Amino acid sequence: MQRIIKNDQVVDESWHLLPKDATLDGLSNCDDLIVPLALWREHAHALKARDGGLGVWLDADEQIEEIAEDLAHFKVIALNFPAFTDGRHYSSARLLRERYGYKDEIRAIGDVLRDQLFLMRRCGFDAFAVRADRDPYDALEGLKDFSVTYQAAADDPRPLFLRRG
Amino acid sequence: MYVYDQYDQHIIEDRVRQFRDQTRRYLAGELSGEEFRPLRLQNGLYIQRYAPMLRVAVPYGLLSSRQLRKLAEIARNYDKGYAHISTRQNVQFNWPELEDVPDILAELATVQMHAIQTSGNCIRNTTTDQFAGVARDELIDPRPWCEIIRQWSTFHPEFAFLPRKFKIAVNGAVSDRAAIEVHDIGLEAVQNAAGELGFRVSVGGGLGRTPIVGSFINEFLPWKHLLTYLDAILRVYNRYGRRDNKFKARIKILVKALTPEVFAERVEAEWAHLKDGPATLTEAEVERVSRFFIDPAYKALEDQDAALAALDAEHPGFARWRSRNVVAHKKPGYAAVTLSLKPTGVAPGDITDKQLDAVAELADRYCFGEVRNSHEQNIILADVEQSQLFTLWNELRELGLAVPNVGLLTDMICCPGGDFCSLANAKSIPIAESIQRRFDDLDYLFDIGELDLNISGCMNACGHHHVGHIGILGVDKKGAEFYQVSLGGSAGRNASLGQILGPSFAQDAMPDVIEKIIAVYVERRSEDEQFLDTFRRIGLDPFKERVYAANH
Ligand code: SF4
Repeated sequence: MQRIIKNDQVVDESWHLLPKDATLDGLSNCDDLIVPLALWREHAHALKARDGGLGVWLDADEQIEEIAEDLAHFKVIALNFPAFTDGRHYSSARLLRERYGYKDEIRAIGDVLRDQLFLMRRCGFDAFAVRADRDPYDALEGLKDFSVTYQAAADDPRPLFLRRG
Repeated sequence: MYVYDQYDQHIIEDRVRQFRDQTRRYLAGELSGEEFRPLRLQNGLYIQRYAPMLRVAVPYGLLSSRQLRKLAEIARNYDKGYAHISTRQNVQFNWPELEDVPDILAELATVQMHAIQTSGNCIRNTTTDQFAGVARDELIDPRPWCEIIRQWSTFHPEFAFLPRKFKIAVNGAVSDRAAIEVHDIGLEAVQNAAGELGFRVSVGGGLGRTPIVGSFINEFLPWKHLLTYLDAILRVYNRYGRRDNKFKARIKILVKALTPEVFAERVEAEWAHLKDGPATLTEAEVERVSRFFIDPAYKALEDQDAALAALDAEHPGFARWRSRNVVAHKKPGYAAVTLSLKPTGVAPGDITDKQLDAVAELADRYCFGEVRNSHEQNIILADVEQSQLFTLWNELRELGLAVPNVGLLTDMICCPGGDFCSLANAKSIPIAESIQRRFDDLDYLFDIGELDLNISGCMNACGHHHVGHIGILGVDKKGAEFYQVSLGGSAGRNASLGQILGPSFAQDAMPDVIEKIIAVYVERRSEDEQFLDTFRRIGLDPFKERVYAANH
């Protein structure tokens, strides 16, 4: 079973991440599923009618504006990093938290590595599916990289200049 | 200058710890080369042709004497006894060992220095006028704003992995010595009719493969909205900038593709959400930062025109130096002095550990313990009493730092090129040297007058060749090193990009080519006309005819 980091702890993963070309065929009714955006776009109705938990995942070139109206339906929003150097979803996560007020899980998936976790958390990610060949316990250390930050972000709306003692 | 408090200090110490661990994991094989690369680049560490190169940040070019001494010590202990001033006012070491870099960073942290974001696809060191705070034509001191931007951009969580590098420059004077229009964002501090402070905002300027002058998208941004507006620009760029082709990934390509008008609308739409939010600047913060940039304890002095003129008459060398390397200061009785790092035979911008120590000492004795680096790769003592200029000149001569060529042809901007840089198409330092040797007659140099000659070893344009009055670009021609020449570039206000003269030249032809170009100028100029103005008047053809005629 895959283990992920959630709220700064390593936990067993219970959600199933469906591939980008997933269809409704043979979809389990009660499993917790994270579906690709395309499937949600086509079959929102059927997906909402299932008993299991529902999440959605967006690729790096997919815009969160597409799901802005639907956020209440998702327990998890996963944002994919095809490469850790692709920074687009840092903005997506901040928008989800700060503009759209999304409170449930925002999960980083894909090329997710220790050295980016601290920044990701600042942008609003609270779950990290660390790349399968890496140890999530080691990655956890990355969340401790800095003790002070300058900017306003999803983790603290006040920039340092409002916090300086 | 700005002095760190516990918060700023914490951040750079955390960084040292983080980078030490990243280096350890890389050396232990836990991080692949590909994974380590962006991490080390964001810390200014390149793997160069012969050794790593470490670029140390010098925020907007300001250095204290204590920091200079630390740089000298690092040059001695970890390098081959010299350092290099870059075209972004930073300091580079060309020969450190990878294993030593964490220790070097720890040393730097003891004097409030670091190498954060000096490379990589992130927000780079913000640059400004080397005469900030002392220039006579200054309207607003840009340094507090540079520091505010520095803090905002340092480890900005959203913008650590942009499509490409991102450079911001700030100007607050009548002349634009910061070249803001060739930056990703250029900010010009201005006052509106009501006397309120704000910024004119240019976006999408840049050199490199597709050089372009920026477009002004906001004529007056009130100061308190500076950071939220920057956030909005960066967010639009981060989300929509191209990531499929690294040569099309700079913001200038996005601005051009959308048109500046549409880009401005997108920024406005994004900003509408951020404006007046918690990141809005406060008077208290601006005042806190500005306190670090108030005037030093200037004495009430008079200008020394007569005394200096008498010295000029007696010492022609002093007169020469003064006319090129000394500029007026906003305070009577003071002057700003440029130490030329362009003597013939030394790579432009290089300085030895001994010179660094000596400059620190001069800074303490003559200049309130501070110096500045310029993007022309020189060092400036900005607050020297006029009555001490003569003794200072004598000291500088002994140190080899008094070459009277500032702004002249031999004061070239030159990137490290093929001698060090693994991206180079061609060497640049030997070209600079061969031209310097050809123009070693000071009288002739003075007669030629103001001339920016800029050399880059490849399209990346670190030597700013597009905006040189004469630009030289290293190109690869079937595996051989060739040089393309362009004329008419300018980095100042109303910036312009150079026009290519024609087919490129072999290395040994370069001094002749430059000599012919200069000869055309000297023949065709009218009275006091500078090279750039003559070029703008007569155009490319006369130069072309002369240079290529000789080939037949
Ligand atoms: S212009 Fe090219 S050769 Fe010169 S330093 Fe930049 S990348 Fe290297």
